[in-house]
Amino acid sequence: MNKEILGVLLTYGLSLLVALPLGAAIARWLKGEKSIWDFMAPLEQFIYKSCGINPAAQMTWKEHLRALLSINLIWFIYAFILLVSQGSLFFNPDGNPSQSPDLAFNTAISFLVNCNLQHYSGETGLTYLTQVFVISFLQFVSAATGIAAVFVLFKALRDKVTDQLGNFWVFFTQSITRILLPISLVIATLLAFNGTPTSFKGKDQYISLQGDTVQVSRGPAAAMIAIKHLGTNGGGWFGANSTHPLENPNYRTNMVELIAQVIIPIALVFALGYYLNRRKFSQVIFAVMTLGFLCLLIPTMIAETGGNPALEKTGILQTGGAMEGKELRFGAANSAYWSIVTTIISTGSVNSMHDSSMPVSNAMQLLGMMTNAFYGGCGVGLLNFFIYLVIAVFISGLMVGRTPELLGRKIEAREMKIAALIAILHPLLILAGTALSSYIFVHYPANNWAIKPVSWLNNPGPHGFSEMLYEYTSASANNGSGLEGLGDNNVFWNISTGLVLLISRFLPIIGPLAIAGLLANKKYIPETAGTLRSDSYTFGIMIFAVILIISALAFFPALTLGPFAEYFSLY
Amino acid sequence: MKKYMLPAAKLSLVMLVLCCFIYFGLVALIGKLSNGGGDGVTLMVNNKVVGYERIGQKFTEDRYFWGRPSAVEYNAAGSAGSNKGPSNPDYLKIVQERIDSFLVHHPGVKKEQIPAEMVTASGSGLDPHISVAAARLQVARIAKARATEPGKINTLLEQHIEKNPIGPDLVHVLKLNIALDTLQ
Repeated sequence: MNKEILGVLLTYGLSLLVALPLGAAIARWLKGEKSIWDFMAPLEQFIYKSCGINPAAQMTWKEHLRALLSINLIWFIYAFILLVSQGSLFFNPDGNPSQSPDLAFNTAISFLVNCNLQHYSGETGLTYLTQVFVISFLQFVSAATGIAAVFVLFKALRDKVTDQLGNFWVFFTQSITRILLPISLVIATLLAFNGTPTSFKGKDQYISLQGDTVQVSRGPAAAMIAIKHLGTNGGGWFGANSTHPLENPNYRTNMVELIAQVIIPIALVFALGYYLNRRKFSQVIFAVMTLGFLCLLIPTMIAETGGNPALEKTGILQTGGAMEGKELRFGAANSAYWSIVTTIISTGSVNSMHDSSMPVSNAMQLLGMMTNAFYGGCGVGLLNFFIYLVIAVFISGLMVGRTPELLGRKIEAREMKIAALIAILHPLLILAGTALSSYIFVHYPANNWAIKPVSWLNNPGPHGFSEMLYEYTSASANNGSGLEGLGDNNVFWNISTGLVLLISRFLPIIGPLAIAGLLANKKYIPETAGTLRSDSYTFGIMIFAVILIISALAFFPALTLGPFAEYFSLY
Repeated sequence: MKKYMLPAAKLSLVMLVLCCFIYFGLVALIGKLSNGGGDGVTLMVNNKVVGYERIGQKFTEDRYFWGRPSAVEYNAAGSAGSNKGPSNPDYLKIVQERIDSFLVHHPGVKKEQIPAEMVTASGSGLDPHISVAAARLQVARIAKARATEPGKINTLLEQHIEKNPIGPDLVHVLKLNIALDTLQ
């Protein structure tokens, strides 16, 4: 077990080691200083030219949003059309069918919004054409959308009054050419040399040593798995995601995939500090996020390495921890670590099945998605955190009886209203969705859908409730993991989570950008001795308290009905 | 909105070329240099493919080391875990049956010795490994089925333990079983 803990510590240490210099480099590039990526400039210039984009044109926050929403609309239509017709198109060696319209609606949105909820299995639900040209494509561009959005926030928080917040097309293009493509190439190479397939050959069939005839699904998975993690997407090539031995062949690849999914979110936190010349500000944010991460991680590690108490009664040896749904090559400690990393970052890939996690772990995974701001997804994590920041500034301003100021700008009623609306949106979507599905489960068990409500749940009692709660939480947090026992490929889940995904992606981008745009237009007030400094650890505690009150308490009753009830039935 | 649609469409096309054609093509080329040429690494016996290195196989015969229970019966056309919750009574019944069956096949083994992974399904249903303890428990049964000395099988097992500096120590079931077949 000690070796397993060592593996976890090493993985986290290496993540920071990669993320810190990356953050500094991103800040240099945004400031327009010399950066390691300057050699990419000719390619970028070529792209701008061929698309008729003037990279020097500055946009206001509203223009940024219009560009962002326009290009997202194009991607949605494109993805939907390919998914419903994939069965009759080329590049389909396994002969998989087209998706039903409601499944295609869900899948297209899910990948568009960087969530990657999958109501299908990769082996049978997609073709190589859609895996590469829809799924992987959206994994690149949705991550780049998030990064581009947070760069607007960066520009807005500078200490000058302006509505000139950079160019969306430039931010978007550079996110891909400078971060996502080159690093993905490195990760994919590492995966390929550890046994993940890269070729376009279809299923293979062979006779096993014992004489069974079996098949093995393959395909160019390595390239996709790289961007799946780097872009905090999470949707896997194979149905079993990163538990699959071809998707995640060994402990080394497991470390690579774990590191890949945290580097951009952490790098962006530090990039903000370098960019604004307020490194302490970043340190405080990072400290708050890390504290939240540890609060979720430690109970999960204890629960998973301790084994399943219900199996303890059978008298078997559980020194390796709770092994249902886990892969031996990763072990319980690492699987626990992954399950928290993937839920606080909005990745949603799994290297163990969360449906078989211990109740404490389920509660922590849910809380990770409910707060949705500890490191968080590519770009959007920091945008979510920004909302908490605004609320914390406002509340502490009221407490000390001063006008609330954030980085030299007054926070007033308008900004506060937006922040409050975005903050309550998340609990509203999750709780209303879960209430609706529970209601249907109880009152309309025999509805004639592809999967009848009566057979939605794979587990009875509180755990069954957790399956529904988890699905909406994952959708609203744009996470994508699931308690996969849930029978979710039917019109109810496809449409309802699809709508939740749309709302919970775009409003939490629009809200923070609107606040940022409003703040950027305000007079800059130099900080004095009387200013409540937002880059102090005292303020950090304030932010943490706000997160705790807004997220944890709003969800407490729902958590009680699910994981907590299950916990008390077990121990 | 119209002002943005044209550059958006063009930029999407460029990114399709860059992120799908060029990137996937490059990775496929790089993969050619890897072991197995990017098609997946196979294991051969007498020039015949008997399996993929990473993919576990179902073993039920007494003369082989057994792997973990699988929700997909080790058919890698698909992949899945059981998704059973820790408190599910049906699931606990299944585990109890697996324990009983393991004890029947391994006389002399006490239930306190059975490692959890031998009676719980893996996440992918394709887990190729078991722990060292789980392998050692099976030596007596295999020796009896193959009418050889347990010592010989033990030596072979010791050679197949994958000691890892970080992460759990592992035994690759398929490789060990291939070696077992060449023993006689």
